[in-house]
Amino acid sequence: MSTRDTGSQKAASEPSSPTAPPAKDAPQILPDIIRPYGDTTGDGMVQVSFTLPVPHDKRAEGAALQLAAKMGVAPALLVHAKAMGSGFTFFIVYGSVSHLVDLRDVVVIEREFALLSAKEANAAIKKRLHRKLVVVGACIGNDAHTVGIDAILNIKGFAGEKGLEYYSEIKVVNCGAQVLVPELVARARAEKADAVLVSQVVTQKDRHIHNTTQMSAAFREAYPAGKVPLLIVGGPRFEQGSEERLGVDRIFGKGTTPGEVASYLVHAISQAGSTTKEHP
Amino acid sequence: MSTANQNGQARPKLELDPIVIRKARSLARKAGAPVVKIAKTHTTVSVERAVLRLAGLSGADHEGEPWVNHLVDAVRDEVGLELGVTTPVFDALRRGEAPDLLTLAQKAAAGSVSFRLPQGREGVAAQRLALRSVRPGMARIDRNRATRDRLIKRHGNPRQRPWIYLIVATGDIYEDIPQAQTAAREGADIIAVIRSTGQSLLDFVPEGATREGYAGTYATQENFRLMRAALDDVSREVGRYIRLVNYASGLCMPEIATLAGLERLDMMLNDSMYGILFRDINPIRTFVDQRFSRQIHARAGIIINTGEDNYLTTADAVDAAHTVTVSQLMNEYFAKEAGLADWQLGLGHAFEISPEIPDSFRMELAQALLARQLFPDAPLKWMPPTKHMTGDIFRGYLLDGFFNLVGAMTGQDILLVGMMTEAVVTPFLSDRDLALQNVRYVLNAAGGLAEDFHPPRDGFIQNRARQVLSEAVDLLEKIVGDTGEPGSVPLLQAISDGTFGLMKRPADAGKGRDGVIRCAPGYDNPAGTLLATARTEGGVQK
Repeated sequence: MSTRDTGSQKAASEPSSPTAPPAKDAPQILPDIIRPYGDTTGDGMVQVSFTLPVPHDKRAEGAALQLAAKMGVAPALLVHAKAMGSGFTFFIVYGSVSHLVDLRDVVVIEREFALLSAKEANAAIKKRLHRKLVVVGACIGNDAHTVGIDAILNIKGFAGEKGLEYYSEIKVVNCGAQVLVPELVARARAEKADAVLVSQVVTQKDRHIHNTTQMSAAFREAYPAGKVPLLIVGGPRFEQGSEERLGVDRIFGKGTTPGEVASYLVHAISQAGSTTKEHP
Repeated sequence: MSTANQNGQARPKLELDPIVIRKARSLARKAGAPVVKIAKTHTTVSVERAVLRLAGLSGADHEGEPWVNHLVDAVRDEVGLELGVTTPVFDALRRGEAPDLLTLAQKAAAGSVSFRLPQGREGVAAQRLALRSVRPGMARIDRNRATRDRLIKRHGNPRQRPWIYLIVATGDIYEDIPQAQTAAREGADIIAVIRSTGQSLLDFVPEGATREGYAGTYATQENFRLMRAALDDVSREVGRYIRLVNYASGLCMPEIATLAGLERLDMMLNDSMYGILFRDINPIRTFVDQRFSRQIHARAGIIINTGEDNYLTTADAVDAAHTVTVSQLMNEYFAKEAGLADWQLGLGHAFEISPEIPDSFRMELAQALLARQLFPDAPLKWMPPTKHMTGDIFRGYLLDGFFNLVGAMTGQDILLVGMMTEAVVTPFLSDRDLALQNVRYVLNAAGGLAEDFHPPRDGFIQNRARQVLSEAVDLLEKIVGDTGEPGSVPLLQAISDGTFGLMKRPADAGKGRDGVIRCAPGYDNPAGTLLATARTEGGVQK
């Protein structure tokens, strides 16, 4: 999806040189300092639209220009202003932005796995396993909040992405809510699960931690070493980076989409084999 | 409700073979009838709770568990629900176990009531009391219908077709209200309050006014009431009756349908198979709940909206086009069987063909005309692109314009307004305004095109429509012919084989299965009795 942000940009607060000297010897090399491009190099032209909570009049237009100036758009051209309802005005502003972007300061944060489309994920699973990837999901303990697990598993999905059921190469077994740990282990074994997804929303008295460690211990007990399915836990209150402590392979937090989980699964199964999975 | 006939259809735009259309309907009936038979011989915990709600039981304990749930569970534990919940409940009231339903439910929750199955004259007396107790609830639904008719007469219907349907969803009912009122002032005719994610899987209806939701606002009786009152105010102000929509689909279809009737909602999302296919709800549970909820909608004068858009977001919109037609035919069959009239069938379809495919717009026109012609008297609901909205809002705005144009050219009745920020953010105030400008421009500029637009005989559009219809008939034949073991029900077999969409949903699996009960001889449902009789008062809506 094109809107997905794979990197973040750090704005250059103090550009090292306000006027980027063009590299003399190597004209091929791109400059480090750049500005937005309208129709001429270096014109800095941008277009923004926003709404202010004021009725449309001269003062509103002045307010829009003031905001544009504070955003670094100067000179700003107010090309459109329209009242929306009685108390709001919508603006479109064009103008040259005074900020410079220093490409040397851009930091790209990489996910440990690449985000794949459903098609790519299916193809990768097919190629790697020559069979369907089996995912068993459940809410364990007394937690009855299946919102999370259902958002990831149900074909209906979440945030515009279809759930794992939608993937032709993933077999989903959704055990539902309040599943006992031994039941979950038995089901995972019966289905020959490659991955077990567990959702934990209720966090009273650290129930989510307790349930999760109990679950991972039960799996380690029931499976020979190195054969434990991928254990994945999701919920809004898990501390990121606490995988090892909980005995699971991956934690997913709030706002996780099915596509991310599928991409992780593909990543994890292609890792398996090359690096043996260790469970302490 | 007026229909496409208004749009000056002198001769049909698509020359479809009437024999094929008749065949499609007769196959839909053949597929649906055995399922209706099952629905008539089963009840569910939600149907029974809905009956208690009609009898006036509402509210919840301090943990938010509704009293109707407590009472139904208690009766089920003690004597079962095979004869219906009301006979043992009203027998307990007659025996003086509690002075009223609420107290009885509270005592039942504490385990201090004993229920029994009354025999003979006592049984008859309990049933009589139950009928008398449910009657005021049903009368309120009838009164609400009459009130709606009166308000429509006073304020008027929207001046244009299609009616403009807009969604609000903040999670907080007190934020939703001003947003909905603003939307109505800006031109929306129908306001849908989207539900909190996953409410369809809750086996109870939350209680009270709610201020926290997850990508939507909980459907509760109090939220319904607050929003309907706010829209009545704004209807007066804008001079047209603003309709209110919510979602029945899910585990609590019968109860939410009942609450909608009690609080005068005007439309309800109610699809015959959505819960099964997309939410993994048990098929029998869904069909039983669906039938009762649609009977209530029929009584309440509510227009149902079906969810065919879901088929297209999970499968390819060109290859799966016929599944939309099949679903529309099944929804029509089940709806009419439950007593809904043509004007109450907001059958759905959506603009989801990839814009990268050549002739995508022509195929959309063909599909929209096909639905229009198959269901000439149904208020079709036309839904905007979502699958191919990429985050490029400028391109999305154009796509929504073409979507609106199909709506105008093919005489659709309900137009769900597309947002250019679909799949990006919750729409900004400005996004909504721009979206409405888009709709207004297209309807204003091209609203009359339905009159001029006649695809040529045997041209691309006519051929495409015929192809989709014949594929739909093939699929229906496959469903009807899907007999597994002797005595199995073909439609259920087809659902369990994954014939619909991608999902295999066996009849003995899925959520809410525990809540299905086979009725024993002597089963009594006073609401069912009343639903079978004429309305007590209220106008006839066309």
